[in-house]
Amino acid sequence: MNPANYLYVSVLLFVIGAIGVVVRRNAIVVFMCIELMLNASNLAFVTFARINGNLDGQVIAFFTMVVAACEVVIGLAIIVTIYRTRRSASVDDANLLKR
Amino acid sequence: MTSNSLVYLIALPLIGSAVLLLAGRRADRWGHVLATLASGSSFVVGLYQFSQMLARSGEERAVTQKLFSWISVGSFKVDAALMLDQLSICFVLLITGVGTLIHIYSIAYMSHDLDRRRFFAYLNLFIAAMLLLVLGDSYLNLYVGWEGVGLASYLLIGFWNQKPTYATAAKKAFIANRVGDLGLSLAIMISFATLGTVSFSGVKEQAEHASTGALTAIGIMLLVAATGKSAQFPLQAWLGDAMAGPTPVSALIHAATMVTAGVYLIVRSNFIFDAAPTAQLMVAIVGAITLLFGAIIGMAKDDIKKALAASTMSQIGYMILGAGLGPAGYAFAIMHLLTHGFFKAGMFLGAGSVMHGMDDEVNMRRFGGLRKFMPITFATFGIGYLAIIGVPPFAGFYSKDKIIEVAFNAGGVKGWIFGCTALLGAAITAFYMTRLVIMTFAGNKRWDAKAHPHESPALMWIPMVLLAVGSVASGFIFSQGNSLRNWLAPVVEHEHEVEVELLSPAVVSILALLLVALGVGIAVMKYLRTEVLREAPENVSIFTKIARRDLMQDAFNEAVFMRPGQKVTAALVDIDKFVIDGAVRGVARLTQGSGSALRTTQTGYVRSYAMWILLGAIGLVATIWIVTL
Amino acid sequence: MYLALELTKTSGPEAVLFWILAPLTVLAALSMLLVKKAVHSAILLAAVMISLAIFYIAQDAPFLGIVQIVVYTGAVMMLFLFILMLVGVDSSDSLTETIPGLRPIAITAALGFGGLLVSLLGRATLDHDFAGLTAANIDGNVPALAQLLFSRYVWAFEVVSALLITAALGAMVLAHNHRVVARPTQRDRAVRRFRTGSLATAAGLPGPGVYALHNAVDVPALLPDGSIAQASISATLEARGDVIDSAPFQLEKLEEEPK
Repeated sequence: MNPANYLYVSVLLFVIGAIGVVVRRNAIVVFMCIELMLNASNLAFVTFARINGNLDGQVIAFFTMVVAACEVVIGLAIIVTIYRTRRSASVDDANLLKR
Repeated sequence: MTSNSLVYLIALPLIGSAVLLLAGRRADRWGHVLATLASGSSFVVGLYQFSQMLARSGEERAVTQKLFSWISVGSFKVDAALMLDQLSICFVLLITGVGTLIHIYSIAYMSHDLDRRRFFAYLNLFIAAMLLLVLGDSYLNLYVGWEGVGLASYLLIGFWNQKPTYATAAKKAFIANRVGDLGLSLAIMISFATLGTVSFSGVKEQAEHASTGALTAIGIMLLVAATGKSAQFPLQAWLGDAMAGPTPVSALIHAATMVTAGVYLIVRSNFIFDAAPTAQLMVAIVGAITLLFGAIIGMAKDDIKKALAASTMSQIGYMILGAGLGPAGYAFAIMHLLTHGFFKAGMFLGAGSVMHGMDDEVNMRRFGGLRKFMPITFATFGIGYLAIIGVPPFAGFYSKDKIIEVAFNAGGVKGWIFGCTALLGAAITAFYMTRLVIMTFAGNKRWDAKAHPHESPALMWIPMVLLAVGSVASGFIFSQGNSLRNWLAPVVEHEHEVEVELLSPAVVSILALLLVALGVGIAVMKYLRTEVLREAPENVSIFTKIARRDLMQDAFNEAVFMRPGQKVTAALVDIDKFVIDGAVRGVARLTQGSGSALRTTQTGYVRSYAMWILLGAIGLVATIWIVTL
Repeated sequence: MYLALELTKTSGPEAVLFWILAPLTVLAALSMLLVKKAVHSAILLAAVMISLAIFYIAQDAPFLGIVQIVVYTGAVMMLFLFILMLVGVDSSDSLTETIPGLRPIAITAALGFGGLLVSLLGRATLDHDFAGLTAANIDGNVPALAQLLFSRYVWAFEVVSALLITAALGAMVLAHNHRVVARPTQRDRAVRRFRTGSLATAAGLPGPGVYALHNAVDVPALLPDGSIAQASISATLEARGDVIDSAPFQLEKLEEEPK
């Protein structure tokens, strides 16, 4: 079986995640879409490792997971903080950048 | 030789002017006295310098005084320094001497004017600037004085600037002078660029081995400067209008001193003109044209001051002609300048005296028969008249005759043309001056019923008498044993060329006297034997009409310079408005437009920014896609 | 044509696994994008992640597969669910777009992006023989990864550990809530309870299931006259209609007190 197929799946998942980030408004769902994109790239890394016959890709995927975990912790904390002050988890409500 | 006292010549009137201007109304009561004292003490310093100079031998008479280092930029070094030599001292004594007399005259003449203090401040300022002009040891120092007298002239012509026409006359004089000043500044620039120096001594040294082309360029630019300041053709138009100023101003600035600055400049630059024959010839041509131009205008004028102004223009034309005839003419140009300084100043003061007695009337057709009412004025004016038309032994005879003689001696066609022009000018001068004297002092009374002609006070007639004495004696003194010529020789040194004598001096003198007698005779026939009308006759020939309009000089300037200038200005305004401003506004509008277009991309919504990131990623991947093809 | 051949040229058990799981994964991801409720999105994302873990294991990356399940599906997704609980499970997004033009542009752009990537991948992999990890994993996947992590990537490893600590501290700082007023003491609370509201509730609300055989939270209490005590059940439960009728649990008669 050709591992390149995994790469196409990875691309599909990444694209779905990207659309989700732009289209969805709930901050938590946006965040989940970002996680989906990270996972898609992880799949690509693991596949690359297999194609190239060394484990570096897997190590990178491992680091990605760790960084993603950190990101989730901080990101969710920020969402909670915003929610506490604005009573809303919609990213459109936090549009102070314009003013 | 150096001297420490030269600076006082300038400093005294300058301080006087500063005190009068800064003290304001407080100085109203004593300001005129201070100004006269400042001018008089400057005259005393001048006399002291003169006596010192007489004590030294010919080549060592020039003294200098360095005041401070003015400009020091690379190889360009100019000191603010003064130089008094045989040429300068003539001017110093003329300026301070005649200037002081006119100060005294003005005390009485301006006694009813509320702004007399300001008038005296300007007069002192003029004296200081004019002295700087003649004492500067370089063209740049001279330039400062040159601009200074221009300023003083502007201020004094427009002294009664409550009258718009007078203010306009001041502006006209200033602008015409600016054209000339441009010539002087160009001459200085060319001098520095080609000779590397602007001091008189430096230029004199360098001129010996400089190219004729450069010297001709400098000479022509100096001539432009001289035409501006001395009201010579083609920049002559301002002098007639300059008579808007108070009459003492006309006497001092626009007859005796400032307008002769051009002659001084040319004589001072003799080393340039002697090495540039083309420029020298142009000087002579300009002088010849102007002496006829002024004389013709003088015949047609009914305004006594304007007639005298035209006469001044004509007489300076003689001086410029003399200066343009090279080493042979310099001394006589200066001699005529000095004698003219006496008799023309005297006549202007006389005219002022007449106006003083006739309620400021200037139209000669409203005068007539005044000699009984103003005997002293008539006497002094008459002496000036005899001097200007060149009757021996009055001053003008010695100086003008010599210029005519030198003109003939120029030789060849040139000599005949210049000589005949000068002779013709002398005849016309005799005619219009006789006309002026007859219309003013002789014939029937034509003045208004309410006029009460009376003799002027002593403060006014004493200067007139002193100037009349100068008009009688100066010519004889200057020409006695060629005294002035020998005096000036170290400055305007000339290897005496063999003069071509077309006509012997005696023949020239007799011819000149005959022509003068002819001019006087015609004037007597026309104005004494026949009735002078109160109104100028309208049914006159086209030539008279043109002469009355100053030979169309203003019409010419207006048609050739003013109208096209206005059109160019209007076009430039349009270009500025549409092209330059358009470009600026276009850029602004472009920035604004692109800004407001880009502003819509800044929605403040995080999701739209995320989309831009996505588009950026596409750009990145597309680039990779293209480069890996 | 060539691409299509390449794509379908798969066989063996892994191919079977892939062709079953891959469509499911993509479907789950798409659904995650399309469902309204955030909770459902989270569940679907968890499904995607488990699928991915299986893919990892199938691709000779057992360690990552396990970590994916433990860390992502176990820890991260639970964290997501926690936050969803905090923010409100019920909040469901409206899927109508509020920024005009954003959605079509985003979808076009993302699809173009995907197309470019696919094109690039096709160019890069078509003629490429893949090596496989059999040689690399000869001593086992975990020791081989450990070997790499603690040798070549030790510096990155240390940096990431520092990042983790920083993130933990950051979360604490963000979660820390500055009090504006002093925390009310028990006495304050008691005073407030009596001063405000009615005395009827001053002693606290009645518990559910009193005088009934059942005391679950969805069974309202009965008053002595047999009517329902409204205050004994949560308003939320009542609104949802999750309240059970308590009549069947009513005591027939009070039994004699044992002496």
